[in-house]
Formats: sequence, structure tokens, C-alpha cells
Amino acid sequence: MSAQDMDVGAALPKTPRDFVPLLLPIALALVALPFIPSTSTRITLTIAGLAMGMMIFVMASGLTLIFGLMDVLNFGHGAFIAVGAYVATLVLIPLAAWMQADSVWLNLAAVVPAVLFAMAVTGALGLAFERVVIMPVYGQHLKQILITMGGMIVAEQILYAFFGPQQIPLPLPASLRGSFQFGEAAIEKYRVVCVVVGLMVYFAMLAILNRTKIGLLIRAGVENTEMVEALGYRITRLFVGVFMAGSALAGLGGVMWALYREQVNASMGSELLVLVFIVVIIGGLGSVTGCFIGALLVALATNYAGFLVPKLALVTDIMLMVVILLWRPRGLYPVTSR
Amino acid sequence: MMPLSGDPPRSRILSAALVLIVLTLALAPFLFPGAKPLNVAAKVCIFIALAASYDLLLGYTGVVSFAHTMFYGIGSYGIAISLYSLGSRWDAIGLGLLVALPTAALLALVIGLFSLRVQTIFFAMITLAVASAFAVLASQLSWLTGGEDGRSFRVPELLQPGTVFIPRDVLGVAVNGRTLTYYIVFVCCVLLFLLLLRVVNSPFGRVLQAIRENPFRAEALGYRTVLHRILANCIAAAAAAAVGALNALWLRYTGPDTSLSFSIMLDILLIVVIGGMGTMYGAIVGGTLYVLAQNYLQTLMGTVSTAAGEAGIPILPQLFHPDRWLLWLGLLFILSVYFFPTGIVGKLRGGSS
Repeated sequence: MSAQDMDVGAALPKTPRDFVPLLLPIALALVALPFIPSTSTRITLTIAGLAMGMMIFVMASGLTLIFGLMDVLNFGHGAFIAVGAYVATLVLIPLAAWMQADSVWLNLAAVVPAVLFAMAVTGALGLAFERVVIMPVYGQHLKQILITMGGMIVAEQILYAFFGPQQIPLPLPASLRGSFQFGEAAIEKYRVVCVVVGLMVYFAMLAILNRTKIGLLIRAGVENTEMVEALGYRITRLFVGVFMAGSALAGLGGVMWALYREQVNASMGSELLVLVFIVVIIGGLGSVTGCFIGALLVALATNYAGFLVPKLALVTDIMLMVVILLWRPRGLYPVTSR
Repeated sequence: MMPLSGDPPRSRILSAALVLIVLTLALAPFLFPGAKPLNVAAKVCIFIALAASYDLLLGYTGVVSFAHTMFYGIGSYGIAISLYSLGSRWDAIGLGLLVALPTAALLALVIGLFSLRVQTIFFAMITLAVASAFAVLASQLSWLTGGEDGRSFRVPELLQPGTVFIPRDVLGVAVNGRTLTYYIVFVCCVLLFLLLLRVVNSPFGRVLQAIRENPFRAEALGYRTVLHRILANCIAAAAAAAVGALNALWLRYTGPDTSLSFSIMLDILLIVVIGGMGTMYGAIVGGTLYVLAQNYLQTLMGTVSTAAGEAGIPILPQLFHPDRWLLWLGLLFILSVYFFPTGIVGKLRGGSS
């Protein structure tokens, strides 16, 4: 709190908008694209990057929101991603005939319940996880890290025990297979769907955070938890709600990722967790917009590098993170001062 | 108490247990002849030293690192690559150490500079990311590391099992190159442990504990918390790399599974938490119990699993399958963080820390 915030009489100064990070994905594309030989490849790679970025954003947004509000870094977030994917297979595999039918409606009748079921299960799991595992260790970072990490391992092993160690194939529904043709460029249909879903989640989150009372309370809670409590709001309910929503989003991201890869395996949670962490660090812990930009940056960089210098693609995420942290040590949009 | 740096175990039962463990390890080749028991004993030594170096970070400095196996792996691969490419020579071992230890310390310095400046939770996330990227690199750069297969190599003549110093009919137990290797591992681990004990009981170690308890206060007293945390990170990394080198010498092989896998990281965490964070001696007790349990309880799990399978109980066979070892480890880990935060050593000492 600096002196000018204390000046009660004056109108609050408007927070200066910080546009520079918004330009980064565009700048990255402008730097990389000239090296890529043909226009069709450029379009395909960019769309692939956008789709991957949107999926990572859906998974990471819950994590960053939970950290911003509750000061809890959930190392078990990856488990929710994997659980979401596995739960979806429980619905999609019995409905395989509908998935393969040549009708959009039958496909939707299989996919929509699967997604909703996955989100409901991961949300409920989030509720249990928050109440049972995390609640006793609020405010103790060291124990939080250890315990949520332990929870991640246990969840992964339980998935192995129930579903077996083998990969489960999960083919895309018939109407989402194949691609649109724009001249030379081929754009896979499912990637477009991912971009649309990701954008919907992003704008819905922005709308809820900025236009509703719950959003106001969440933003206030990020700034100062005790003050929200002192004003008579039950902060624990807010905590539980945000934790459930964040876990459900992880489940949604898990289903999207599983359909993208057309397979499910239990180690996907821990693999994606690393990617999600990098995105959240780049974006700044607690920031939804930062997370969005971070996800796009990481995904675009991975796709471009994978085409140009395949070996380099293994470390692009880390390099990107290092560069961003050199520029802004707390990430693009640091929200909390904690 | 010079060798213990003025930090004795402070509990009779603990002292007795420690003496028993150290004596058993010192005489292991003669007490338990045979390949498997000696392997277990060497693994106990290695895990004790590794957990002690991690305790410097987790227990004394209060930061969680998930990159400790990366440093351990750097040590292992340093020895493996130099022995593999230069042949079984002593100077190859020296060169491997000379490259691996500074590399580990330097990498720890860079990671620390990036992440410890801001907050410790950043450090946990960044070490996790860097360690997983390192593991991927190690399995992809197969021209250097042998990829998923790893590198098998020959150790110098003197350390090979074929070199017999005292034949079996003199002592009842053959003393060969393998025995010598075991004693090299044992002595190095003891020295490393005493060195780490010295570090945590030095003025520097006291500052680390002050930072763990209250970083703001330590800073206000004029100690540069970032510098101390980074230095602790570098020392722990170099120690882990040294232990990794010993492990490579003992196994005569280095691969992703023996040096970089995430389950080793979990093993270390569990040993330190169960033994007692911030006690150093916890590493000895925890490491011994853990390695013994890992080697002998897994067989028990297999028995339970088959028995449950024959009895026709659903799910239990899968849950007790020996491959699900990590499930029970994870549960044990969570429960001990909740209910047993001072660990075995803390309980034995009786005080609340």
C-alpha cells in the first residue's frame, strides 16, 4: 500500500493498462513465421498452436485462480486433469456406436454428457480434496506442497489400479474428424472446436470476474482475504466454490486433451502438470489473462520450434520461462504481492 | 564430539539405533555375504547420504526442491559418460567428478537466482519444470547418454569383482574388488554425512534455520536470505551429485530409471519426512528403514495380492500389486506430513520442535 492509495478524498487513480504482454504472442508469430517456408504450413502450425494453447489455458486457469484467491498451490492439479479424461472414457466407450455414427447430433449426445460428467466428478473430487486434504494446511506452504504432491501420486496410482497401466484409445467423434480445406492449408476441425471452447471459457471467466458480484468478491479476496471476511462474507464458501470450479476446469481440459491425443493414460496428469506450471509462472501467479497469454506463448513456441528445430522443442518452454522471468521476475501480470 | 560437530543424537534409543546401523553397514560384507544383501547395504549408504543432502534444503532451509534427483543424475551421468568414453581408468573417474560437481552447483546457482528471489513456492514449481525437462533431455540425447537404455561401463580393474584380494578360504568370505567398492561407497557416504552435519551446525547453518523460522526477521537482522538460500541449494546440489557418482560406481550402470526418475525424488522426500525433517540423523534412520522396507515389503505385497486374488476379493489384488508400491508410499507420506511432522527422530527426542 503506497501513500497515494491512502489518500481517501481523491478519486482512485485508474490502474494503467499494461498492453505489452498482449502483443507477445503476435510478436512471437511474426518472428517465427518468416522462417517457415509455405503459407499453408504457417496457417496449420499457428492453428495447432492456438488449439494447444487453449487446452492448456483451460487446464491452467483453475490452478492460477485457486492460487490467487487461496494462496494454495495445488500440486495435485494434474490428477484432476487425468481423472477428467478417465471419467470421460467411462461414458464415451459404452457410447462408442454414437461416437462413430455419421450424425452430428448423436456425436453430441455422447460427447456432451461425457464432458459434463467428467466436470461434475472432478468438481466433486475438488470439493473433497479441499475439505479433507488442503484445509488443515492453509497458510503453510511447505506442507501444502508436500501434501498435494503426495495426493497427486496417490491419485495417479489409484487410476493405474482401477484402469490398468495400458493406454486407453479414445477416438474422436466422426463429425469432428478430418479437416477444413482453405486452398493449400488444412485445418483440423477439432482444433477449431478447441479454440472456440477455450475462448468461451476465457471470456466467460472474464465476464464472471468483472461483471458479477461473485467475481467482485473473488477479486476482493485475491487482494485481501481478511477484509472480505470482516465485511461479512463467508470466505470459506468462496474458497470451496472456486476450488470446485478450478478442478472442474481441469477435468474439462483433461477431456479436451484426451480427445486431441485420441488416447488416455495415467501419467498424462503429471506430464501436463509441468506444462501447466510453466504457463502459470509465465503468466504471473493468480492472473487469468496472464495465464491465457502464457498458454498461447508456450503452445505457439512449441509448435514453431517443433517444425523448425525439432530437438529444440524439448526445451522451448523452459527457455521461454527464463526469458520472461528475466524481463518480469514475477511473471507477466503478477496479481498478488504474496 | 568433534566428528559430530557438537550435535549428538540427544536420545539413548536413537544413539543405540544409530550405532547399530553404522556398525552393521561397516561390517556388512562380512555379516551378510552374498550379492543381494550387499546391494541393499550399498543402497542404504547411498540413500542416507542423498537424504541428508536433501535435508539441508527441506529441513534446515525450509525450501522444497523437486530437482534433487536431477543433481544426483548429473553426478551419475558424469561418471558414466567419462568411464564409458575414456575406458576404465582412474583419471576418468576424476574427470567425471571434476565436471559433474561444478555443473551441478552452477545449475543450482542459476535456478536459485531465477526462482529464490521471488518466493519459495516459485522455487518448487521451477525445480519441478527444470527437472522434468532435464529428464526428457537425458533420454533424448542418446548419442551422449545412451537414451532410455542408459550406459553400462567398466570400472577400473581394482574395483572389479574378478580382482580377489583375500580368497574365500582364508576369512570365509572372499574380499574382492566389489568389497573394496563397497567400502569406498561407505566411507565416502560417512564423510559426506559428517560434512553436511558440519555445515548445518556452522554459523551458516544457524542462519539457514533462522531463515526457515522467520525470513523477515532474519533479513531484518542483516542476513541476506536470498544469498543463504542459494548457497544452501548449491551445497546440496554438489553433495547430491557426489552421491550420484558413488551410485554409478556401485551399479556400474547409469540410466534414467536409476538416477533421474521421479520415484527416486519421492523416495528422498519420504525418507526425510519419516526420519525427521531438520535433524540430519533422520536421514540415517529413515533411509535404513525405507530401503529395507522397499526390498522386503514389496515381496510381501505380492503375497497379499495373490492371496486376495485367490480369495476372490475384487480390487484388492490390483491395490496390493507390487507395482502399486507408490500408492502406499504416497499415502504413508501424506499421513506422516499430517500426523508425524517431526518424524522418528523428533519422536525419539521427545521435544516438540
